[in-house]
Amino acid sequence: MIAKNSSENKLYLLEQLLRVRNAETMLAEKYKLQIMKTPTHFGVGQEAVAVGVCAAIDKSDYVYSHHRSHNHYIAKGGDFYALAAELLGRESGCSKGRGGSVHLTDFDAGFVASTAILGETVAAAVGSALSISMDKKDNVVVSFFGDATLEEGIFYECLIFASLKNLPVLFVCENNGYATESPIEVRQPEGTSFCDRVNAFGVKSKKIDGNDVEKVFEETNNAIQYMSEHKKPFFLECTTYRWLEHVGPNYDHDLNRTYRTVAELEKWKEKCPVKRLSERLLHDKIITDDELNILNNKINEELNSEFERAQESSWPSKDTLFENTY
Amino acid sequence: MRKLKYKEAISEALVQSMIDDASIYITGHAVDYPSGIFGTTAEAHSKFPDRVFDCPSLETAMAGISVGAAAFGKRPVIVHPRADFMFLAFDGLLNLAAKWKYMFGGNAGSVPIVIRAIVGRGWGQGATHSQSLHASLAHFPGVSVLMPSTPYDAKGLLASALKANHPVIIFEHRSLFELSGEVPIDNYVIPFGKANVVREGKDITIVAPSAMLTEAVIAADELEKMDVDVEIIDPRTIRPLDMETIISSVKKTGRLIVTDTSWEFCGFSSEVAATVAEYCLSDLKAPIKRITIADCPAPVSEPLENAFYPKASNLAEAVTELLGISNASFIDLDKKDNFKGPY
Repeated sequence: MIAKNSSENKLYLLEQLLRVRNAETMLAEKYKLQIMKTPTHFGVGQEAVAVGVCAAIDKSDYVYSHHRSHNHYIAKGGDFYALAAELLGRESGCSKGRGGSVHLTDFDAGFVASTAILGETVAAAVGSALSISMDKKDNVVVSFFGDATLEEGIFYECLIFASLKNLPVLFVCENNGYATESPIEVRQPEGTSFCDRVNAFGVKSKKIDGNDVEKVFEETNNAIQYMSEHKKPFFLECTTYRWLEHVGPNYDHDLNRTYRTVAELEKWKEKCPVKRLSERLLHDKIITDDELNILNNKINEELNSEFERAQESSWPSKDTLFENTY
Repeated sequence: MRKLKYKEAISEALVQSMIDDASIYITGHAVDYPSGIFGTTAEAHSKFPDRVFDCPSLETAMAGISVGAAAFGKRPVIVHPRADFMFLAFDGLLNLAAKWKYMFGGNAGSVPIVIRAIVGRGWGQGATHSQSLHASLAHFPGVSVLMPSTPYDAKGLLASALKANHPVIIFEHRSLFELSGEVPIDNYVIPFGKANVVREGKDITIVAPSAMLTEAVIAADELEKMDVDVEIIDPRTIRPLDMETIISSVKKTGRLIVTDTSWEFCGFSSEVAATVAEYCLSDLKAPIKRITIADCPAPVSEPLENAFYPKASNLAEAVTELLGISNASFIDLDKKDNFKGPY
């Protein structure tokens, strides 16, 4: 067990951030080649939420995710080769090429599932927590979702049930301010506080800077401690920003989309979670420039070789079309 | 053999299955009341109080919650005292449960959920408390849809559902709950996709699921007096559907009526008709006939309600029409509905 405030832990967080960032950046570049025919929602810019939360929970705990799920999959320890193969539609994909980017699983790593319909996996996470609670086990289930999920009725039903049954669910809202191309101002009444709203269901909550991985890590630890002491669910709202378009590998401004400005993007890039932590660790002399470069290169080499291996793996055979329908 | 009511057969299947399998739990509105769901969950609750629990209305979330529990090794049973509330559960059921095993390539396991949905009829149930959604649900690969019509089937099919490794939806027709019939005491299972030839005959085939089986039997008894020999097939499961049994019956009789507790358009009766047309059109001596509820929402007012539901007399009339028998009258054939309110 790595001590929470140790340099070792900070380095672990940095390595995880880099792994997620580099993986997504690399996948986005490859995606432009039309070799991955599956609608993909890249998570570049939002890595700190996935990394901070997954570093704080136990390896034996569980995670559910949504359509923008690669970050959570990788941060929870999901197999990158199987992710790449999935995006490429190969038999060795994590879902055997049947699911695509929005339907990932790596049960062994504790990444249960991601799906594309908002709120679905929130309910599934609550159900898994119900099972854990009935079996009197100690694991927690993390449910990642975006801000638009708080527009879905199912979300509030889940809050009621988790609160009523005292289930070990950590609700993690990644509030990136946009649902596809609709800003939050047209989707929620003025003065909305997600945390206040959630509190009304008997679920404690906290809003934090979701681009500060150390903050996310620390607050997740606090939440888990609260959950274990009080046998209650918890809601963590993490503010963040997605750099790329809603679905696809490009910047919005490169495609002349005007629903958000370059200035806004630049402002958020200043708050880049990778930049912030690496600068902090360089400043505190926990890592040197050379070491950072070596780490980056090592990660990229691993990712590239895994991707190449995935690309060489076989397609599903046509006679397996009906496999696993029942 | 020992006789049980339909509702008692359901109760027995639940209790016996729960004794055998500790992963089964039951939830839904009022499942833990002494009178729980026509008494079908009362004994299970008294034996397993922790595994039979009431739940808030949240039908939408409950479908997804059951998926998450099932993925973690539970076998949830959800009861909808009114099948119509299941519309609220369609996302979790059809977008998630039905596709779970397939879209994760089997790597996220299976989600063995059982849903019991009770279908109302008559006594002014009206448009939104009377629907049987079997055809809508059976449209989707990944689920099984069952329609037990006898106490024997109610127990055996439910026991089978509780051993299945995929989502199963059971439509229990409210008019059948007091029906009595022979039920073995052992925990037997009825396989899915095995129709029941309830009555053998040579002149015409009637395919009659759920509560329509009772009507078909009344009609066949009456027609027997006129020397008309009716074969009745109860499909028992809508998906998978035992078309083999239906087709071999039609090859023998050359005539087919399909009746249903739901609508004709894009429905179960149309599916059967289409498949028969595809595989044994040349064996047909007369056009296929579908006898279903009228193509409008269910009305409340009694005379309209009477006109809305198909009954034994409608089936008998359709049989004589297809056989070219004239001057037959079945005015007094239909049994009186003895159901008493207030619900």
